[in-house]
Amino acid sequence: MGKLIGWIDDRFPLTKLWNEHLAEYYAPKNFNFWYFFGSLALMVLVIQILSGIFLTMHYKPDAATAFASVEYIMRDVPYGWLIRYIHSTGATAFFIVVYLHMLRGLMYGSYKKPRELIWLFGMFIYLALMAEAFMGYLLPWGQMSYWGAQVIISLFSAIPVIGDDLTLWIRGDFVIGDATLNRFFALHVIAIPFVLVFLVIAHIMALHEVGSNNPDGVEIKKNKDANGIPLDGIPFHPYYTVKDIVGVVVFLFFFSTILFYFPDGGGYMLEHANFIASDPLKTPEHIAPVWYFTPFYAILRAVPDKLLGVGAMGAAIVLLFFMPWIDRCNVKSIRYRSVIYKANLVVFCISFVVLGWLAMQPVTEFITFLSRVFSFLYFAFFVVLFITSKNEKTLPVPDRVTS
Amino acid sequence: MSTDNVVDTGRRRFLVASTSVVGAIGAGFVAVPFISSWMPSERAKNAGAPVEVDISKLEEGRLLIVEWQSKPVWILRRSKKTLADLAKNDDRLRDPDSKNAAQQPPYAQNHYRSIKPEILVLVGICTHLGCSPTYRPDIAPADLGENWLGGFFCPCHSSRFDLAGRVFQGVPAPSNLVVPPYKYLSDNVIRIGDDKGAA
Amino acid sequence: MKNNTMKNLLIPVLMAVAVILAPAIAAASGHAHLDKAPIDISDKESLRRGAKAFADYCYSCHAASFMRFNRIAKDLEMDEQDVREMMIHTRGKKGDPTKIGELMKVSMTKDYAKNAFGTAVPDLSLEARARGADWVYTYLRSFYVDPYRPTGMNNTVFPDVGMPNVLWRLQGLQEPVYKTVMHGDVEVEELEGFKQIQLGSLSGEDYDKFVADLTNFMVYLSEPVQSERRSLGWKVLLFLVIFFGFAYALKKEYWKDVH
Repeated sequence: MGKLIGWIDDRFPLTKLWNEHLAEYYAPKNFNFWYFFGSLALMVLVIQILSGIFLTMHYKPDAATAFASVEYIMRDVPYGWLIRYIHSTGATAFFIVVYLHMLRGLMYGSYKKPRELIWLFGMFIYLALMAEAFMGYLLPWGQMSYWGAQVIISLFSAIPVIGDDLTLWIRGDFVIGDATLNRFFALHVIAIPFVLVFLVIAHIMALHEVGSNNPDGVEIKKNKDANGIPLDGIPFHPYYTVKDIVGVVVFLFFFSTILFYFPDGGGYMLEHANFIASDPLKTPEHIAPVWYFTPFYAILRAVPDKLLGVGAMGAAIVLLFFMPWIDRCNVKSIRYRSVIYKANLVVFCISFVVLGWLAMQPVTEFITFLSRVFSFLYFAFFVVLFITSKNEKTLPVPDRVTS
Repeated sequence: MSTDNVVDTGRRRFLVASTSVVGAIGAGFVAVPFISSWMPSERAKNAGAPVEVDISKLEEGRLLIVEWQSKPVWILRRSKKTLADLAKNDDRLRDPDSKNAAQQPPYAQNHYRSIKPEILVLVGICTHLGCSPTYRPDIAPADLGENWLGGFFCPCHSSRFDLAGRVFQGVPAPSNLVVPPYKYLSDNVIRIGDDKGAA
Repeated sequence: MKNNTMKNLLIPVLMAVAVILAPAIAAASGHAHLDKAPIDISDKESLRRGAKAFADYCYSCHAASFMRFNRIAKDLEMDEQDVREMMIHTRGKKGDPTKIGELMKVSMTKDYAKNAFGTAVPDLSLEARARGADWVYTYLRSFYVDPYRPTGMNNTVFPDVGMPNVLWRLQGLQEPVYKTVMHGDVEVEELEGFKQIQLGSLSGEDYDKFVADLTNFMVYLSEPVQSERRSLGWKVLLFLVIFFGFAYALKKEYWKDVH
């Protein structure tokens, strides 16, 4: 065994990679609950790629047969139903895990110097994930697939001058049709997964270059022992591998519970109207995007102007990219930051959740009013942060991590 | 890292091994649905399911083609004369006595290659490269020569078979046409693809 | 401490949100009231009765074109020959008998249906999943006499529906009874119930049971694998609990070094 590894090491940096990223990658020893979601996101990516590959073996990206081929998978392919539910549940799991992972970054200031690029790569992953999920949702070719895509693609028509030509180009037809389905399939199964995997690698490489942040926001590299090993660091393997396995098992427990007992997710994961084949002549009564897009959809609906609405929705995402520069406070972790920051973040999270809920309600005057209030609070987060973070009253940050 | 407590390597090794084993079992279970999904689906099974054919209206000399496992299956009602003529071909055939057991079920390993002499059931796929031969019942046509007593002719590479599906010598096809498993449900109903309980 | 400040902030904010949203939640509902369908997907007897009802009353016009006959035989523990006699009354294009593994299609074309009913007849494979069991159960019990409709029938759950009430001989005929309620200052007619005007061959109670069986079957039809899904589920969860025991012990053992 040792000989074989030696033979490989002479030709490929196997041991070097293993050491750099696992056995001799020193991670802070004080990771808490929130630090499970990075490894879980990676795990869900693997689940989605694996189940997705098997779905493509039976799915037909053709407007005439797509809907039936999904039911063919659900009924006629041995265990096709399980593979399909793994994939559909995985989509929701992906967003839950990623949202919690992002919240962790916001709480502990993981986007701050020197980790700006990790954050940016992460935001690009999030963007790619949204595109991936959106295109994947068209593939079952049900009513919600069809009309959801119709609405989202129409967003581009808000762009002045080129808008209408652009939407026509995206669809490849005058309405959503076979051409759209076929190209979304290609993008969903080949192009975007490539981009995602590439970005994930970049995300992890950048992380391992500068080292992980931690709940105290203390740089563990400042205190090293005689061998140059951080005093508060422990090798990722075996300590965090065994810990992350526990996280994975707990995650799989929740994942399986949803998958086997609530695969529709109460109509939020697999929407009821999506069990009706797409019909270009009839919009379903109730049309809302799948849950993970709803906060942004609520912002879109809150603005009574097409262009400004699309702009506000875009800004809601784009602003997150600039977090490393909007937040001007030197203290990273929320533990040592001011009450203003804490309150600001809490209001932001609540706004995000409430906006998500609002987007699923039928429009009434009151719902629109609430959407505006919470959209305002959502954006206020960034403004308040920018203003207050410059001279924020923070608590003294310890020198070493607390346990 | 504290070093005061002694590491129990035995326990550690046991836990690593047992967790790995349980994990591997789990991975094995996960593999099952993915591997099974490559097996024929219900659609494929249905397409390949036995087919029942009513031959009461099949006239003598007429060829009925039915689909079984997406393959053409021929059913031919042969006349007394056709049956008598079969023996005349024997010395020009590769395997006149159907010795090659892979080409027919045991109950069709006879002179007529069928359960009832007059009813021939064959998979209509040439044993050379998979084309479907043409039914040529005409005797001594110009293109097939004066020795032709009726049979099947493959347009792809000119293989020739007689009216029992037996291959002639000197053609590319190596063996006789395949007789599928079949049985009679009643005098006039044949079930193709299923010979359970048949002789 | 740090965590307490978070909680102290969170609670009043959450309460404020709840107060704001409560009326919105209340206002968000609407639509006809649906009765809870008294169904049990594990009741094979009921499913078999439902399958018979489906074969007798639905399947001549409605297809269930994602479903195969032999799947019903297998899942409902029926003899394939019985399913054949119950459901298969057609032959293939070439006159060969329809195979038991065939999809449950019907021969009615879209154009014919458009002529006869003014609309295409929906495929019922997924109907219960798209609309919900309660909808199916209530809909099939909510037909009433309406002389202005071409079929002479209307439905309170699906107003101006194209489908005639094929079950009227069983159910008899009924007309709706409305009551007037005040919504603020506005008088609104609300459905109170139905009045039987002609008896059918089944009593009211038996008819409800009949529809419940049919609904049960349609729920099964919309996801035939659901029983298997649930029974596989707890095995997977049990395995994960065991796996957790090992993984957690392993983690504890290694982390003795750190703590």
